[in-house]
Amino acid sequence: MAGAPAQGGEGGLPRAAGLPVCYASRLGKPRTIGGPPVAMTLTEKILAAHAGRSQVRPKEMISVRVDQSFTDDLGGPITFHVLESHKVEKVFDPERFFVSAMVNTPSKDISAANTVMKMRGFCRRMGIERFFEGGNAGIHNALAIEQGLVLPGEILVGGNSHACTGGGVGAFATGMGSTDIAAILITGRTWLRVPETIRYVYNGELPRWVTGKDLILATIGKFGVDGAQGKAMEFAGEAISALPVEERFALPNMAVEAGATNGIIEPDEKTLAYVGPRARRPFTPVYGDPGAGYAAAHEVDVSRLEPMVAFPHLPSNTRPLSEVREVRVDQVYIGSCTNGWIADMRAAARILKGRKVAEGVRLIVIPSTTGVYRQCLREGIAETVLDAGGIFSTPTCGPCIGAHMGVLGDGMRSVSTSNRNFVGRQGSTRAEVYLVNPHIAAATAVLGRIGSPDEL
Amino acid sequence: MAGVLEGSAWTLGDHVDTDVIIPARHLLTFDPEKLAPHCFEGVDPTLASQIRPGDIVVAGHNFGCGSSREHAPIAIQALGVSCVIARSFGQIFYRNAFNLGLPLLEADLPPGAVRAGDRLSVDLATGRIENRTTGAAFDAAPIPDFMRELIAAGGLIPFVLGRRA
Ligand code: SF4
Repeated sequence: MAGAPAQGGEGGLPRAAGLPVCYASRLGKPRTIGGPPVAMTLTEKILAAHAGRSQVRPKEMISVRVDQSFTDDLGGPITFHVLESHKVEKVFDPERFFVSAMVNTPSKDISAANTVMKMRGFCRRMGIERFFEGGNAGIHNALAIEQGLVLPGEILVGGNSHACTGGGVGAFATGMGSTDIAAILITGRTWLRVPETIRYVYNGELPRWVTGKDLILATIGKFGVDGAQGKAMEFAGEAISALPVEERFALPNMAVEAGATNGIIEPDEKTLAYVGPRARRPFTPVYGDPGAGYAAAHEVDVSRLEPMVAFPHLPSNTRPLSEVREVRVDQVYIGSCTNGWIADMRAAARILKGRKVAEGVRLIVIPSTTGVYRQCLREGIAETVLDAGGIFSTPTCGPCIGAHMGVLGDGMRSVSTSNRNFVGRQGSTRAEVYLVNPHIAAATAVLGRIGSPDEL
Repeated sequence: MAGVLEGSAWTLGDHVDTDVIIPARHLLTFDPEKLAPHCFEGVDPTLASQIRPGDIVVAGHNFGCGSSREHAPIAIQALGVSCVIARSFGQIFYRNAFNLGLPLLEADLPPGAVRAGDRLSVDLATGRIENRTTGAAFDAAPIPDFMRELIAAGGLIPFVLGRRA
């Protein structure tokens, strides 16, 4: 595990196994608070800094300053209603908040349109200027990163469970409900229970067609949908370092699918090169202390992994692709805040190029933001999808959550690059959703059944 | 939320996620009256019409996992469910429920301890759960102090507004 910091204690033993050990932090000397300095994980260090403390301990309740927050057209109306009914006339800092109408966008019906109108009115009154809808639409979890509104060392609390995606740039990022977001809008702070950190170390070289998405699917498959309940999942190791930055985002994105509070990846040079030009404010990357205590540490040899398929109806219901027998599909959806990045669009286009979608399969490709959408147009990706017989849409959550655009009917089967395959997630409670990476999704669209690009 | 609750039990399994509690197609509103009839639709579409005010939902691990939608605890509350007992809860759901004043109890009930239709009494202050039908009693983990403070203040928003003033 070249270059990675030492794990908690010997072999990642929890801190409770011995007295805290004093190590020099990478950013200088650890600070003391009366006793000996205690090594902290990346997550703990960010939380301590935002609590105005030199140290926090797992399971403590703390109050932290929030650097950035956001909401959308599902949670937003409740947040704004809560504020209005309590006669809140001013938000803490309108610069630190943004809104994206993304689920039912472009407004699928009158009610969705009314929601957007109301949210715009609220934002205007409160001086919130960042509003994404229409010609700048995008999924907030992706926008936060793309727009440089979540930065290494920061705290992002979004009104969406997949706000944890932001951990991919080395931030503490977590999702909360509408009332919690309302409280953040009032005070600029929130309360948290400091999560213990579980460290997942991925070693070895990734085989062909295996991506960041497969690492997280395999991890959830192994540890279950509550395998990291209330914990921080820290992803590390040479396989993570080797991944392009955008391919890493699938890991923290799906941390919530393991029940985690947050997922986080220590920022490296690639991260800083990615984030630097986008950043809307100065930031200081934070790194975990060597010798920090972990609740557990797990190592995964990725060189033996295959592309993973999560069968209905839980993300943990995974099987390696080679064990998947004939599964015919009606719809393939490539997009979402998990796999709607330009890297994912390119991966799909490479496979679709010069090929045709199988008879009877509806392929829907949706970039996660307008920025990605534009890039797809520039690179001819949109045309590749259309030539293959697919649909190429402007950004929306739409099919991911069965809201609109490609809602599944009774008995329909969808293969999806998104993150959840719960009963009824993409439409009918009698439909089925299988989760895969973009390579497998594109190959499946061509084959008409779940399969590998190697079969084309 | 002080005092002792009494009601009939409804039993659900593990990992009851927010998509089955209230599917996205119903999220164009957050009106409790409109959400209630669709509550638990993904588990059993007839459940909402059978649950009576005061009833208690008893579930397995990870109840409320999945999305941050506050519509889930709103819908459960709108059915009149007085509290949810589960082995564990999805963390965002847990916060949302207390923020709205829907009490949750974490209890590692032995298998078969509560069957659908059993009469339960639940003391929120002590975490004591009594199955009036079978006569058995169990202890849930006490509700954390901070959650009690929230409830005492009348929910999260009054709590933070009070604090700021
Ligand atoms: S893409 Fe899907 S998972 Fe991501 S925010 Fe939208 S609905 Fe949620």
